[in-house]
Amino acid sequence: MATRTPLEIGGMGHSVKRKEDARFLHGKGKYVDDIKLPGMLYMDIVRSPFAYAKIKSINTEKALKVPGVLAVITGETLKGFNLHWMPTLMSDTQMVLPTDTVMYQAQEVAAVIATSRYAAADGVEAVEVEYEPMAAIVTPQRAMEKDAPVLRTDKAGKKDNHIWHWEVGDRQSTNNVFDKADVVVKEDMYIPRIHVASIETCGCIADYNKIENKLTVYMTTQAPHAIRTVFALVAGHVGLTEEKIRIISPDIGGGFGGKVPVYPGYVIAVAASVVIGKPVKWIEDRMENLQADSFARDYYITAEIAADKDGTMKALRIKTIADHGYTDAAANPSKFPAGLFSIVTGSYDFPVAFAEMDAYYTNKPPGGVAYRCSFRVTEAVHAIERIVDSLALKLGMDPAQLRLKNFIKPEQFPYHSALGWEYDSGNYEAALKKAMDIIEYDKLRKEQAEKRKKGELMGIGISSFTEIVGAGNSKHFDILGLKMFDSCEIRVHPTGKAIARFGTKSQGQGHETTYAQIIAEELGLPADHILVEEGDTDTAPYGLGTYASRSTPTAGAAAAKAARKLREKARKIAAHLLEVNEQDLEWDINKFHVKGAPDKAKTIQEIVFAAYTNHPAGMEAGFEAVSYYDPPNLTFPFGSYICVVDIDKGTGEVKIRRFVAVDDCGNIINPMIVEGQIHGGLTMGLAPALYEEMRYDEDGNCVTGSFMDYLLPTAVETPRWETAKTVTPSPHHPIGAKGVGESATVGAPPAIANAVVDALSHLGVTHIDIPITPPKVWSILKEKGVVN
Amino acid sequence: MPKHSINVTVNGEQHTTEVEPRLLLVHFLREALNLTGTHIGCDTSNCGACTVLLNGKSVKSCTVFAVQANGKQIKTIEGMANGAMHPLQEGFHQEHGLQCGYCTPGMIMRAHELLEKNPSPSEEEIRWGISGNLCRCTGYVNIVKAIQYAANKMKGGA
Repeated sequence: MATRTPLEIGGMGHSVKRKEDARFLHGKGKYVDDIKLPGMLYMDIVRSPFAYAKIKSINTEKALKVPGVLAVITGETLKGFNLHWMPTLMSDTQMVLPTDTVMYQAQEVAAVIATSRYAAADGVEAVEVEYEPMAAIVTPQRAMEKDAPVLRTDKAGKKDNHIWHWEVGDRQSTNNVFDKADVVVKEDMYIPRIHVASIETCGCIADYNKIENKLTVYMTTQAPHAIRTVFALVAGHVGLTEEKIRIISPDIGGGFGGKVPVYPGYVIAVAASVVIGKPVKWIEDRMENLQADSFARDYYITAEIAADKDGTMKALRIKTIADHGYTDAAANPSKFPAGLFSIVTGSYDFPVAFAEMDAYYTNKPPGGVAYRCSFRVTEAVHAIERIVDSLALKLGMDPAQLRLKNFIKPEQFPYHSALGWEYDSGNYEAALKKAMDIIEYDKLRKEQAEKRKKGELMGIGISSFTEIVGAGNSKHFDILGLKMFDSCEIRVHPTGKAIARFGTKSQGQGHETTYAQIIAEELGLPADHILVEEGDTDTAPYGLGTYASRSTPTAGAAAAKAARKLREKARKIAAHLLEVNEQDLEWDINKFHVKGAPDKAKTIQEIVFAAYTNHPAGMEAGFEAVSYYDPPNLTFPFGSYICVVDIDKGTGEVKIRRFVAVDDCGNIINPMIVEGQIHGGLTMGLAPALYEEMRYDEDGNCVTGSFMDYLLPTAVETPRWETAKTVTPSPHHPIGAKGVGESATVGAPPAIANAVVDALSHLGVTHIDIPITPPKVWSILKEKGVVN
Repeated sequence: MPKHSINVTVNGEQHTTEVEPRLLLVHFLREALNLTGTHIGCDTSNCGACTVLLNGKSVKSCTVFAVQANGKQIKTIEGMANGAMHPLQEGFHQEHGLQCGYCTPGMIMRAHELLEKNPSPSEEEIRWGISGNLCRCTGYVNIVKAIQYAANKMKGGA
């Protein structure tokens, strides 16, 4: 998109350097653990060593004798306030602290409050808990067996471990097509449990002021307003009503979905502060973060495509089993227990489709949150992009050609998918062709053929994904009944400088810069003169927060809308100042001028000053506006990625030689920031494709509970990403933008997996579950007789 | 617990104080000296968010006891700018080498030692050089560019 404003104004399309950088670069960021309040106490948590056990006793006597320890809080303590259980965002229930049973390893069992971090840790060591371990259920396959013990005995009448069944599409028509199809392909895939592992863990400082009956919680949360409401719903009965609760989300060291849920630690810290009357800080360590905080994925998917002999796709059928751990603590919109998984028809024009899913309880940590993706979209994209490659293999077709043949065509938009979505806009063919040109696809295929003759293993993988983000319109999207709009409030001061506040919360996305650019584009005030503030529920307008790539589609739209309201007010003031009719004025970047007389003009700064010093009779003074934006539809970013891998036959190691990512996120606010988001997203796509998996042994012990075992990619494993773009604006978004934070995380894993399968396909390999580790590849090579 | 007296110089300023022998250097910096620019990201020396310079050498301050720093010079992110931003700070800003900013101080301190030892590192040397520091946001591409920017500038270029 061409820029409309000059660089000094810095509107849409400028790679403006980030306003937020300075404090981070000088070590002056304010993350929650950097905040110290007078008299602050520290909390540390006793956690269960067992995945499933009865608690026979908790003895706090020795702990209370540890110097500095002031209190030990148990489930019994909280039961006294009816705070030992809490609702999850999916309307399930979750223990804050247990009174009789622990349901997963590392579950919170008791909390120690002390005068220092070290004393609290000493106290944790001294708490004596007697457990009676029971046989844990570690997989949903075991959970669904008839003889499996029922885990949620707290739920009256619960007779099995099934949580919910959800289905979408036309089962009968889909089955009919499959029955008569020329070709059917089918793959079973496991998308393993992974963890967002933001480099900052979770934590809070709960500060209850007894005199004012006011609770302030500094908290690592991506959704401060929703958290305030949840706290009010949970604690209203003890006098903490919503106006008495202030949630402050300070600088956040990465979120990626892991900082949406309400973890027990937050609630215990609040309870401790209310009871003791002093600020209480709780900061997780990394092992607690990995072992107890919400996981992502853990989906067992069976995907099938029915097609004609010529490769025309006729139907898609998906069956999924989800492991939710001991409670459904996902953070999906309430009408969508499996999130937006029904985007699973992807970029292809399927006449019919059907998807069904069943969720089960197990003795694993709860969650089912995103991992930098919009509500289960990554699972869906992996399923469709992998099974499309299986179809290509079965038909002997080139996977690029098969995709081009079946893509939804540009003229079909807005496109109604077989599973009920209205895709706003797209040009899938253009993105794939661009990626093929950049990477020189045909040349690579020739090279691969030659290498195969020499026994070398090289593969090319494609992923042409369609994202679904920006939840969402109030008709369909809510969390606990709260509609998923978002908001912006702009207040311009007399001298033409502004503060803009939002219901979202940046965790590194650069909102302080990009939101200012949107307002600069609409009002002509330099982005440099616009201070963006988020994360304080006492000052910011209500919104549902930042996750699911929703900030630009919702709050970004609200910024444009609020700015446009102000421009209309500006027009009235300009007409008054220039003594002409409103209709005779024309807006030009940062001023109104009289049509046909460009020198008869008032700049936005002059107009704003007049709003405080010389406003027209009958008009309210001041210059501020607010917008609560309810999007008419979701946005559907897309892209095509091509990955080239070489496989070391000796070790089974997959080496990414090149990775070209062509993304289309509609109109771009700041190209530098968009590219940065894509780099990061690609790396979080690489991670589960080749390295990351939360694994459990048969007793439910987490065996990947630290960074020693849970492998985040370093700069060495991460390739030098090559990015490019096409621009297909969203027709319904005020600035034509779509959101981009998660596209790459969603799109990258199947490109990598497809490349590895492609390298091995001549050996009869059609699928490998991620993460594709060297031992997995090496075992295949051994089994196929490629190595001894 | 008995305390030990230590004397350390942090960002050019001398501090003499009593600490528990088990106190980690990162907690000493963050809590005793309020230098919260040094962050904590793991418990196992894997993430590098806590990287500081100890006598000019980059160390993970979550794996060093405060008493081990006795008599030594420490430099943290707060000591990097000297009036103007250090070329590394400038490089991270110009090349968009940071997003959430949490790993950034450790990354900069690590890169500082890297460039001291190797003023003209290749891309591969930079990638290996920062492989003890994890970043979850940037995908490293722009961090590499930021370090290259600083290397250039420190040699009198750009």
